[in-house]
Amino acid sequence: MSMAILGWSIIISQILLALAMACATVRILIGPRAQDRVLALDALYVSGMLLMLTFGIRTGSVIYFDVALLIAVLGFVGTAAFAKFLMRGEVIE
Amino acid sequence: MTVAADIPAWVALTTAALLLVGAGLTITGTLGLLRLDNFYKRVHAPTLGSTLGAGLVLIASMIWFTTLQTRLVIHEVLIAVFMTVTTPVTLMLLVRAAFSRDQKAKEAHDILDAQGKVQDAPENRHGRASEPS
Repeated sequence: MSMAILGWSIIISQILLALAMACATVRILIGPRAQDRVLALDALYVSGMLLMLTFGIRTGSVIYFDVALLIAVLGFVGTAAFAKFLMRGEVIE
Repeated sequence: MTVAADIPAWVALTTAALLLVGAGLTITGTLGLLRLDNFYKRVHAPTLGSTLGAGLVLIASMIWFTTLQTRLVIHEVLIAVFMTVTTPVTLMLLVRAAFSRDQKAKEAHDILDAQGKVQDAPENRHGRASEPS
C-alpha cells in the first residue's frame, strides 16, 4: 500500500518537475531581454537536476546521482559565464 | 519499481511526502518566473526551487537510498552544499550584469532624449520591457 503511494507520488513529482521545465522553457523563448533568458536557463537546469534525482529514486539506481551532480556543476559554470558575458561583453579577459 | 517489499511503511510515506512538497515548491517557483512582470521580481521566484525544493528532494533521496542499501548514503550532501554555495553567487553576478545593462540603456535613452530623438510615450520611458535585448 505504502509502496503504491510512493510510486504515484514519484510519478506526480516527475510530472510537476516536467511542467516546471516547460515553464522555464517558455520564459527562455519569450523572455524580453537576455538576462531573463539566462535566469530561465538557471531554473531549467535546477528542475532537470531534480528530475534526475526522482528518476534515481524510481529505479533505485545510484548512477542518476552522478548525472545530477554533473548537471549542477556545469549549470553553475554556464550561468556564471553568461552573467560575465552580459556584464563585460566577453567571458575571459 | 525494482525494489523488494520489505521497506518500512514510514520510509516510503516520508519519501513520498518530501518528493511531492519539493516538486510542488519547484513548480511554484517556475510559475512565478513565468508570471511576474519585472526582471528584478523574477529573480526571486526560482530560488524557491533551488533552495527548499532541491533540499527536500535531496533529503528524500538520502532517506530512500539509506533504507534501500541498508547503510548510510549521504553523498547527496555534496549537491546540497554545492547548490547552497553557487546559487547566491550566480544570481549576484546576473543581477549586477542586468543592473549595469539597465543603467547603460537609461544613459543612452537620456542622451537621445536630450537631442529630441525620442518619440515614445512618457510612461514607456526607462521601461525594461520596451527596450531591445
